[in-house]
Amino acid sequence: MTAYILAKLFRAAATLLIAVSMVFVFIRFSGDPAAALAPPDAPQEVIDQYAEAMGLNKPLWQQYASYLAGLARGEFGYSIHTGRPALELFLERLPSTLRLGSAALLIALAAGIPLGSFAAINRGTRIDRFAMAFSVFAFAMPNFLFGLCVILGGALIFQVYFGGTDASVLPAALTLGLAAMGSFARFARSSLLETINAPFMRAAEARGVPYMRRLAFHAAPNAAIPLVTLIGLSLGALIAGSVVTEQVFGWPGVGQLLVRSVATRDIATVQFIVLAVACTMVLVNLLVDLLYLVIDPRIRSR
Amino acid sequence: MESSRPRIGPPAIPWSIRLSVCFICLFVLFALFGEFLSPYGFRETSMFDRLLPPGSPGYVLGTDARGRDVLVRLAVGAQITLIVAIAGTLIGAVIGSLLGIVAAARRGAVEHVIVAAIDVQASLPIIVVALFVLAMFDNSFTLFLLLVGLTGWEVYARLMRGATLSVKERGYVTAVRALGASPARIYLRHILPNIFNVALVQFTINLPLTVLLETALSFLGLGVQPPLTSLGQIMSEGRDRLLTAWWLTLFPGAVIFFLALSVSLCGDWIRDRLDPTLRSET
Repeated sequence: MTAYILAKLFRAAATLLIAVSMVFVFIRFSGDPAAALAPPDAPQEVIDQYAEAMGLNKPLWQQYASYLAGLARGEFGYSIHTGRPALELFLERLPSTLRLGSAALLIALAAGIPLGSFAAINRGTRIDRFAMAFSVFAFAMPNFLFGLCVILGGALIFQVYFGGTDASVLPAALTLGLAAMGSFARFARSSLLETINAPFMRAAEARGVPYMRRLAFHAAPNAAIPLVTLIGLSLGALIAGSVVTEQVFGWPGVGQLLVRSVATRDIATVQFIVLAVACTMVLVNLLVDLLYLVIDPRIRSR
Repeated sequence: MESSRPRIGPPAIPWSIRLSVCFICLFVLFALFGEFLSPYGFRETSMFDRLLPPGSPGYVLGTDARGRDVLVRLAVGAQITLIVAIAGTLIGAVIGSLLGIVAAARRGAVEHVIVAAIDVQASLPIIVVALFVLAMFDNSFTLFLLLVGLTGWEVYARLMRGATLSVKERGYVTAVRALGASPARIYLRHILPNIFNVALVQFTINLPLTVLLETALSFLGLGVQPPLTSLGQIMSEGRDRLLTAWWLTLFPGAVIFFLALSVSLCGDWIRDRLDPTLRSET
């Protein structure tokens, strides 16, 4: 078990290091990194100082080492627009993105899993077909189109504009959560179907365990194990989706900051967001792996 | 009764698949020849015919804010979206599959490097990677195509590595090797045909994802750049006029949705046909 944890930790650290290195390589090959990371309107001397501090005239491996050291000290560069540190800009927008993302995840879980489970229990019926059609619909629906439809519907039916900075989180969260809802439903269905047909379920039936009890205490806990992985996996889709959704709804989050920074070539900000996304994903996946140890005893014995 | 006899031959094709195939064919025809449905060029502006609703004389699907014909713009947008989708998916499939096969064939350090690259890609959503690269370099159509092409390469690599590893240990491969076949012959004639289905199934899953990535990036204004156009870009031009000129967003949006829907329905169906073990439950 210790070996398993160590292996997972090592892998996470290595993945993160490679991601950071690739960011370093890209920034080095895309022009003048000193000018990109220095405060805007900096005179040439300051840029030269930055180049000196970053060691741009030193060999590449020394530059790499000082880049890593800089990241470790929390030096992430300055935004070209505002002249403020990229970290500050990011932290300012993080709460609204977290609010949107967690609301979307909650909606997706609350709607997707019951739908999928219901479909599995009523397999082959109209409910099942509806659930599967819904999951295909949710997969194929681009969230910018769905978001625009939601805004249009809100404007025509409720006479309300759903976008903007002080709007309710619900319409945007529903838009962001739609794709995850579909995949949760599909996954919950197949996972539950697999356990319902497992031999231990037949054994429980033979022992005379009542139907509802079999479902709630025998099938559901076993079917829920793979869902933990799915939540980890859906995080990437949620992050990707929030970039677009925030743009559609004018939601003042990190995704909007990313798009704006890319459009204006604000390298320092873009770099920080990419590093933050990589860190989040690696940490969450590590957490999922470790959580598996707790909920699935089979791995512990390996 | 006729129906109680066991059916012989291929199973019936469900109507949803028939409709999807019809839509895909129509879409391809529209992308190829749609330009000729309209007398206007896709960049041709007309100051007097701005924001005409669909059904206006001369403009079947209306015009946009610069008086350009929506029908011809949709056709050109569909063309670009189709090119990017197919080329992009192919790029990802070829790069990913090759890396996966090479990793399984060479083992050792090469495999470690490729597996590490797969891990890194899996921890960064492709749209974030694409945005990062687009912030660094000038956006050109080639760069955009390459970026879209990276969609899901890591999935191909992982799947093909697994498939190659399992196939290459089978008895018949050992037999062919013992007969003195060269490695190239073993891989091309004996291993590749056996793992090709894996890549084909993944191709059908990836194609709608590529369409969605291309349209999303273009919608954000960071994908296909004017004067070229794509379905996502037409939508982004129209989104400020959502209420007053709904046809600018709804038509391209509907085309994207139905395209992604039909392709993924067909993909699911092909996957079920190719992989009988999946057919029963999922």
